[in-house]
Amino acid sequence: MISVLILVDSAEGKVTKATAELATFGSRLGEVIAVICSSDAALLLPQLSTMAISKTITVTGVEFGKFSTGALSAALAAIVEKDSPAAVLIASSARGKEIAGRLAVRIDSGILTDVIDLDAELVATQSVFGGSTTVHSAVVHGTPVITIRGNSVEAIIGSGPLSHEDFPFIYDGADRARVISQAPAVKGGRPELTEAAIVVSGGKGTDGNFAPVEALADALGAAVGASRAATDAGWYPHSLQVGQTGKTVSPQLYVAAGISGAIQHRAGMQTSKTIVAINKDPEAPIFDVADFGVVGDLFAVLPQATAGVTARKSS
Amino acid sequence: MKIAVCVKQVPDSWAEKKMASDGRLDRAGVDAVLNDLDEYAIETALSLVETHSPTGETGEGSGHTITVISMGPARASEALRKALSMGADDAILVSDEALAGSDALATSKILASVIRDGGYDLVLCGTESTDARMSVIPAMLAERLGYAQLTFAGKVAIAGEKIEISRQTEFGVEEMSAELPAVVSVVEKINEPRYPSFKGIMASKKKALLTKSLADIGLTANEVGSSAAWSAVKDSLPRPPRGAGVKVTDDGHGGEQLVAFLAERKLI
Ligand SMILES: Cc1cc2nc3c(=O)[nH]c(=O)nc-3n(C[C@H](O)[C@H](O)[C@H](O)COP(=O)(O)OP(=O)(O)OC[C@H]3O[C@@H](n4cnc5c(N)ncnc54)[C@H](O)[C@@H]3O)c2cc1C
Ligand SMILES: Nc1ncnc2c1ncn2[C@@H]1O[C@H](COP(=O)(O)O)[C@@H](O)[C@H]1O
Repeated sequence: MISVLILVDSAEGKVTKATAELATFGSRLGEVIAVICSSDAALLLPQLSTMAISKTITVTGVEFGKFSTGALSAALAAIVEKDSPAAVLIASSARGKEIAGRLAVRIDSGILTDVIDLDAELVATQSVFGGSTTVHSAVVHGTPVITIRGNSVEAIIGSGPLSHEDFPFIYDGADRARVISQAPAVKGGRPELTEAAIVVSGGKGTDGNFAPVEALADALGAAVGASRAATDAGWYPHSLQVGQTGKTVSPQLYVAAGISGAIQHRAGMQTSKTIVAINKDPEAPIFDVADFGVVGDLFAVLPQATAGVTARKSS
Repeated sequence: MKIAVCVKQVPDSWAEKKMASDGRLDRAGVDAVLNDLDEYAIETALSLVETHSPTGETGEGSGHTITVISMGPARASEALRKALSMGADDAILVSDEALAGSDALATSKILASVIRDGGYDLVLCGTESTDARMSVIPAMLAERLGYAQLTFAGKVAIAGEKIEISRQTEFGVEEMSAELPAVVSVVEKINEPRYPSFKGIMASKKKALLTKSLADIGLTANEVGSSAAWSAVKDSLPRPPRGAGVKVTDDGHGGEQLVAFLAERKLI
């Protein structure tokens, strides 16, 4: 039976939605083996019980949190050598791509990043140049290492793992960089930006007042994002910047308020299924990619929309 | 301290890009520029040297040097000249017919071989090239060289043989440290890259820009280039342009119209 390795992605003891998406793509190819490289393995295992996964492997022996990506890629390489899977699937986060890059070097194999679809023949779809071009490609050497962009597939429910293996592993220490301190990001009650089904973003046009943006986001159960002009001004954390040098998001709905739509911003949101823009300037380039645009003042339009959404929800 | 900065020449990120029929980026007709994200790496190198050099200056006499390294076509020397005019000391361009179509694995192999040869203590990169957008080269370099990997740095400090960075990740703010040698990629928030001064531009013309072939760095064509690329593009199509959507002008009902649109699309 053909098997596929997926690397379980987690944050603060919680398995992310990305993991279920990896399992979904993996199950198109064969049996899914989920690898857990975390000191929180006992906490994470039960969370895999409804995913399309046949087997789990926990790597024991290294404290992964303290290292950067070197130890993780080395552990994965050792499992690839042992199990000869048809492919390795990893989440396309900054960290995921680095693990994938190091793994590809270690196992001397081709790599594809930011994949949005994958068929049973391992032909991958990528959306490049800020979403303006769709590319199909395949790895032609070694064990394909593929990173998958979040929100690319509706995750399926599966039977969960039937078997489990502990994989003892000693890291050769090739990456000597160590994490010396970690201050967790302050989390509001909002969904994670790259996982959210709806994102409402504010830009320079908010003039530092994100309250109407947040109010609409909360009415919609959405995450809040920001343009670089807004994060540079210190109005919103850099970790919530959308765009080329921020996060790439691909939600069902993206609302851009007071954002002009510079090419670097569009690069991070152009693959959203539906785009709505609110901008005072009828010529703003954001309207070129918007399915619905309101030319107007966000301080008038957003509160009215928020009231409308709230009214519908309570009726 | 010997610093290497890896820089790439890319099509202007402000321009629209498309694919050529051979499945590669169509570079004709688009201005080629120094990857803007690499300018932050050059600036980081310059300010590190200014902090640590007794005279505040870089170059042989100061005990600190900055070498910019690129792999690409002959005209990528323009990007290297720009880096030299900002203040780097010398430049190495790996350029060879056989390199066309190289993927990230090959690119990292070539860069790693040049870096190994030069024995650099610190390798600085941007976080991504604005054309390939893979963000994997710095991690691959660390893996190939066995150097410490410190990526997405928003602050970099060096004390003796030790390097410390601070970075913003999915998990919050992290401080990391390692002994040199290290590969460090920097985010665009780290600094404001300087513009080349007139003096810098004049001086750059006299600085050494060495072009090396594959043979010069001890690699053969079948290890790199499209014949050795381990991923292949099958086809590419421009995505159908988003049909220009509906645009309404707010006359006091814009918010309500927006809600009606969301309801019609079943988004609420
Ligand atoms: C290397 C590099 C990387 C970059 N990376 C990113 C990135 O990752 N993400 C990113 O976003 N940008 C990025 N940028 C910056 C990008 O080029 C733009 O400068 C930025 O996106 C502009 O942000 P903005 O749209 O909020 O501001 P502006 O361009 O100033 O637009 C503000 C908009 O708000 C509108 N407005 C003002 N007041 C109101 C109001 N009351 N109601 C409604 N509308 C109003 C205005 O009409 C205007 O269109 C990058 C740039 C570079 C060079
Ligand atoms: N051909 C190249 N020559 C020199 N440096 C490069 C090259 N490609 C990528 N880099 C470096 O690696 C970083 C990340 O690039 P990438 O992984 O392609 O997104 C860039 O910001 C550069 O610092």
